[in-house]
Amino acid sequence: MIELRGLTVRYGDTVAVDDVSLELPSGVVYGLLGRNGSGKTSLLSALASYRKPSAGSVRVDGAEAFENPAVMRATTFIRDTVDASDQDRIRRVLCLAAWLRPGWDSDYAAKLLDLFQLDPRKRVSALSRGQKSALGVVLGLAARAPLTILDEVYLGMDAVARTAFYRELLADYLAHPRTIVLSTHLIEEVADLFERVIIIDRGRVLLHEEADALRGRGVTVTGPVAAVDEFVAGRTVLGERSLGGVRAATVYGSVPPADVARGEAAGLTFGPVGLQELFVHLTSSSQHLEVAR
Amino acid sequence: MFDDRGPIYLQIADGIKNDVLSGALKEDEQVMSTNQYAAFYRINPATAAKGFAQLVDEGVLYKKRGIGMFVSPDAREKLRAARRERFFTEVVDPMLAEAARIGIGVEEIVRHLGAPR
Repeated sequence: MIELRGLTVRYGDTVAVDDVSLELPSGVVYGLLGRNGSGKTSLLSALASYRKPSAGSVRVDGAEAFENPAVMRATTFIRDTVDASDQDRIRRVLCLAAWLRPGWDSDYAAKLLDLFQLDPRKRVSALSRGQKSALGVVLGLAARAPLTILDEVYLGMDAVARTAFYRELLADYLAHPRTIVLSTHLIEEVADLFERVIIIDRGRVLLHEEADALRGRGVTVTGPVAAVDEFVAGRTVLGERSLGGVRAATVYGSVPPADVARGEAAGLTFGPVGLQELFVHLTSSSQHLEVAR
Repeated sequence: MFDDRGPIYLQIADGIKNDVLSGALKEDEQVMSTNQYAAFYRINPATAAKGFAQLVDEGVLYKKRGIGMFVSPDAREKLRAARRERFFTEVVDPMLAEAARIGIGVEEIVRHLGAPR
C-alpha cells in the first residue's frame, strides 16, 4: 500500500502538487491522467522519491519513502529521458540496471531489446527519440520493481512499438504482478489495461476510481434542442454543442435504462462516451471541476 | 470486441452468456482462466475477474477450487428462459414501434414473416 498524505510540491510560488492524499493498494495497474502542466510528473517524482515533498508525505508499506534505500531499490521511475550518460552503450546501461535492481531479469531484458530492435552495442546518444523511449521501457519492465512508475514513456514510439509495449506490460504484469503507475496522454490506447484511474488537474486529484466503473459514466444525448434541454435538466452537463435545431449534450453520470427508453420515445438518441472523451470533458473547463469530487 | 457503452466486465459476462446460449461453451466445460482471458483480450485481469465473478454470482459458472471455472449444468436452460422472457419487450416491441413510425402495418410484418426465406 502506498499512502500519500497532504502531498505538496512547490517550485517557488508555483504549486505543482496541491495537498494530494491518496491510498494506493499494491499490485494494481494505475492510469495517471492529466493535462500538460497538471502536476503529473511532479506527483510521480515525489512518489518515486526523486523529489522531496514540500509538505506531506509518501509512505510505502508504512515506511517513509524519501531517502529510504529499501524503498528506492524497490522503485523504478522511467521518464521520457533515459537516466544514463549519452556516451554509454546500451549494454553498459543494462549492466548498471542489473547491478542496482534486485529483481532484474537479464533474459527478459535481452528479449525486449530484440523486440524493440535495439542493438546493445549502440550508444545512447545514437538512438532516435523512439529508440530512447523503447530503452526506457526495457529498463522499466526488466527491473520488475514492486513499484514501477512509467511517465509518458511512449514518446516517439510508433504505433507498432507502442502496441508491443502495451502487450509486454500486460504479459509481464500477469506473470509478475506488481504496482504499476502509468501516465499517458494516449488514453484510448491503454485504457483497457488500467484497473484504476487517477485524474489530476491543476495539482489536485479530480477523480480516483475503478477504470471500468468510468465506462458508461458519460452519455451523449442528441436531438431537438427543446427535447435535449428537457432531458438534461437536473443532470450534470459537461458540454454542449448545437447546429440549427439540433443539440448534443454530454451528461456525467449513468442514465437509467428507463430514462433512455423515455428519451428515445421523445426522439433523442444516446451515445457512449469513452474514457478519453470523459477525461477531456472533465479537465477542459474549470466550472465542472467539482463534478467528480 | 469491447465498446464504450458500459463497463467491460458486463460485456465479458454477456459474451460468455452468448457462448453458452449458442452452445460454443458446453455444460461442465472449463472456461478460460482470468489471466488467459486478460492476455487474449488485452484487458486488466481484475476487470476479467470481475466479469467471471458476476457469472458465478448468477449461477452461469461454478468454481472448482484450484482448477478453474466451469459452465453450470443448467446454465443454458436458465439463460434461455431469461432471454425468452425479455424477447418481446426488448426485441419485438421496439420493432413494432419502428414499424409504426414508418407506417408499416402489422399485417405487412406478418406477411413478411410468413414468406418463404
